[in-house]
Amino acid sequence: MPPILDVRHYTKRFDMHVLNGKRINALTNVSFSLEPGEIVGLVGKSGSGKSTLMKSIYRTYLATSGAIYYQSLRYGPIDLVRATDHQIIALRRDEITYCSQFLSVIPRVSAADVVAEGLFRRGAGRTEAWHQSRDYLDRLGLPQELWDAYPSTFSGGEQQRINVARAIIARPRLLLIDEPTASLDQRTKDVVIDMIIALKAEGTSVLCISHDLYTLDRLADRRIELKDGHIVATTSPVS
Amino acid sequence: MTNLSDNWLLKVEGLTKIYGEPNENSVRLTGPLFGSNICPETDSIVACADINLELFPGEVLGVVGESGSGKSTVVRLLYFDLESTAGVAYFNQYGNGAINILNESSQKKRFIRNHLMGMVYQNPKDGLNFRFSSGGNIAEKLLMAGNFNVGRIRERATELLEQTEVPVRRLDDSPASFSGGMQQRVQISKAIANNPPLLFLDEVTTGLDVSVQAKVLDMIRTLQQELGIAMIVVSHDLSVIRMLTDRTIVMKNGRIVEQGLTDQILQDPQHPYTQLLVSSLL
Amino acid sequence: MIPTFKKFDTQFNFAFIDENTKREIRRKLLKAICIPGYQVPYSSPEMPIARGWGTGGLHVTLSVIGKDDRFKIIDQGSDASVNACNLRDFVHRVTHCRVTFDTHEATLIQTRHRIPEEQLNDGQILVFQVPQPEPLRAVERYETKTREMHGEADYARMWVSLYEAFVRYGDIMQGAGYPVMVNGRHIMSPSPIPRWDVPNLNQSDCLYLFGAGREKRLYAVPPHTDVVPLEFEDVKFRIEQFSGIRCSMSGTGGAFMDELYNDLGDFRHVINDSDFLDKLVERKTRPQQWSNKYLQEVLDEMNANTDPQP
Repeated sequence: MPPILDVRHYTKRFDMHVLNGKRINALTNVSFSLEPGEIVGLVGKSGSGKSTLMKSIYRTYLATSGAIYYQSLRYGPIDLVRATDHQIIALRRDEITYCSQFLSVIPRVSAADVVAEGLFRRGAGRTEAWHQSRDYLDRLGLPQELWDAYPSTFSGGEQQRINVARAIIARPRLLLIDEPTASLDQRTKDVVIDMIIALKAEGTSVLCISHDLYTLDRLADRRIELKDGHIVATTSPVS
Repeated sequence: MTNLSDNWLLKVEGLTKIYGEPNENSVRLTGPLFGSNICPETDSIVACADINLELFPGEVLGVVGESGSGKSTVVRLLYFDLESTAGVAYFNQYGNGAINILNESSQKKRFIRNHLMGMVYQNPKDGLNFRFSSGGNIAEKLLMAGNFNVGRIRERATELLEQTEVPVRRLDDSPASFSGGMQQRVQISKAIANNPPLLFLDEVTTGLDVSVQAKVLDMIRTLQQELGIAMIVVSHDLSVIRMLTDRTIVMKNGRIVEQGLTDQILQDPQHPYTQLLVSSLL
Repeated sequence: MIPTFKKFDTQFNFAFIDENTKREIRRKLLKAICIPGYQVPYSSPEMPIARGWGTGGLHVTLSVIGKDDRFKIIDQGSDASVNACNLRDFVHRVTHCRVTFDTHEATLIQTRHRIPEEQLNDGQILVFQVPQPEPLRAVERYETKTREMHGEADYARMWVSLYEAFVRYGDIMQGAGYPVMVNGRHIMSPSPIPRWDVPNLNQSDCLYLFGAGREKRLYAVPPHTDVVPLEFEDVKFRIEQFSGIRCSMSGTGGAFMDELYNDLGDFRHVINDSDFLDKLVERKTRPQQWSNKYLQEVLDEMNANTDPQP
């Protein structure tokens, strides 16, 4: 089976016109691939380019050069660098989910609705999405009285749980997840890890950024280490 | 943000609107490169030129830019409020998408407007007739589409007011006595009365209090999700664009300078003007 | 024959208006007949009466009248009102045509605000004096705009105003000049005739011509043309009912009634159409009335109420 994601010679440079044309080389000649059902951990110091890589795959960032091949259910093999905006929108809706480090919610939408939206967008019925979202929030230990409250007022850990629930509930084919377990207690951390492992069992491929060794040990089949925008090491699990 | 298919709903090519008497250089000598949309040779004003865009069913497209960038002109041309100077537009629910709707007779344009489009203007006075009641205003749109049953018209108007959170007991009052936010809701009710597949929103929250603004935006979002209407949202406000749209077009001096996914436009803007716009937001 | 005004000893062309002007008006009338309900602008030449006093009707009458015509003129149903008398006198003086009060006998009838109660037939022409020809004027002030609205059959605002009236009063209240759709294309003002008369415009045998002298517009409803009052699916057009009301002079109902007040403030009902009333009272015959479903309902109700009486 071909890899579900194949990043080839990907380079991303930011040209800051407002800063007198300052250039920032965020990623240089990055190549790696992700097999179906594989969980790859992205590691490296802050500023090494992990999040940039993830956003590049999600097409929030435009490539400077290189290609990102993705095996799509809908389109077959497709280069995410060159795909049309409409193709990307369809892929985001049906196949690829990105879960950022910080919850960026729409103001005045309740926690349960934020989570349900992930499912609703894929055409699930209102009630079905509603029930599932409550189930996920329950399993993640978010107190019931918060379900109908607005997440913008929540603590970091609570926001994180909503963020993860929203990403996982839709059961994507490719999950890009940034620090899923940061600021969570041990019990919730395990719940999140179990959820991602359950997704993997259903065939989801996961690219996961984490600083947390425990999370990486439990989740990652492989680790890719970035430094200053270059891949410096690819390691298989020790155990 | 739902119901995206692989088929476009609206396709626009080379849409141009010039005021005055242009010559063959007018388009060439204006635009972002010159920082102006006034032709130096003829003093004609190139409100917008060479606008190409595709809108998919159920998609929300943002059009952002400063005052005078031509963003409102684009939607007004597409809603036939203005006559275009050049360009074509196809609508896949009209004549199998093979007819340039900009060239149709005004009677046919009226049909397209009444059956397939809705428009919400910045100023409620442009979209509502204050001499009629709110119900009458909504009825106008329904009557134009051939619905001649008072009972059903009132039923639908009531339903729409409920949906847009206008107190239903105000159904028979003139919107002249309403607050700005409520007038905007009535305008939205009217615009979506016939379940059009396409809705234009022209600076709908500009001029409203922040709290009212938020409520109107929430309502538009909910309506969009529930009804799956494709929308073109014109705003100078990037937070409105961020909240509502999937894709964004950035305009300056009557030209599109950049278009892309909204999160890409906001996080990785390419054009110097977009970078300036985004950096002034943050 | 050239008629002469004795008083001034001046000579006039037959029917007062010169032949070229008549020809112009006839051309415009032909156009109006070709496009039922469409308002045709015309010259509206000066007449020896003031505009707004029936000049439009007079223009039409004098342009179409021939020497063999039998002319009748009514004002709100009456042959004897001052306005009717004066105009009849004028038309007679400048044409020497026969004049009559008898609706059936007349070939050309000029009217202000009524259609005769007696049915008009093939070969008869009814000429309306129209004060305001534009049915859309109430919803749109500008002539340029209303012409555009007619041109594009953009009648939504007319409908909204009917909707608004219904919502405000619980019924369609417009008493006179109820707007009608002619031949499925143009909305037309039938001039301020009561709702009672409106159904008689539909599929009639006679020709209807409308002249608005002050506004300089002519329009027409040719014989056998669809003329439908605007109505909603669930709020229907209705004519005046006059339930259980009988004429105090003829003792009969089923016709459009006037309320006549005396100095004590009491009133009695009298049939408005003077010729129709005359025939009922003097000749003891009931002339052939129009047949339309609205009138039929009124007549049926009247007959049902008469039966139980001894």
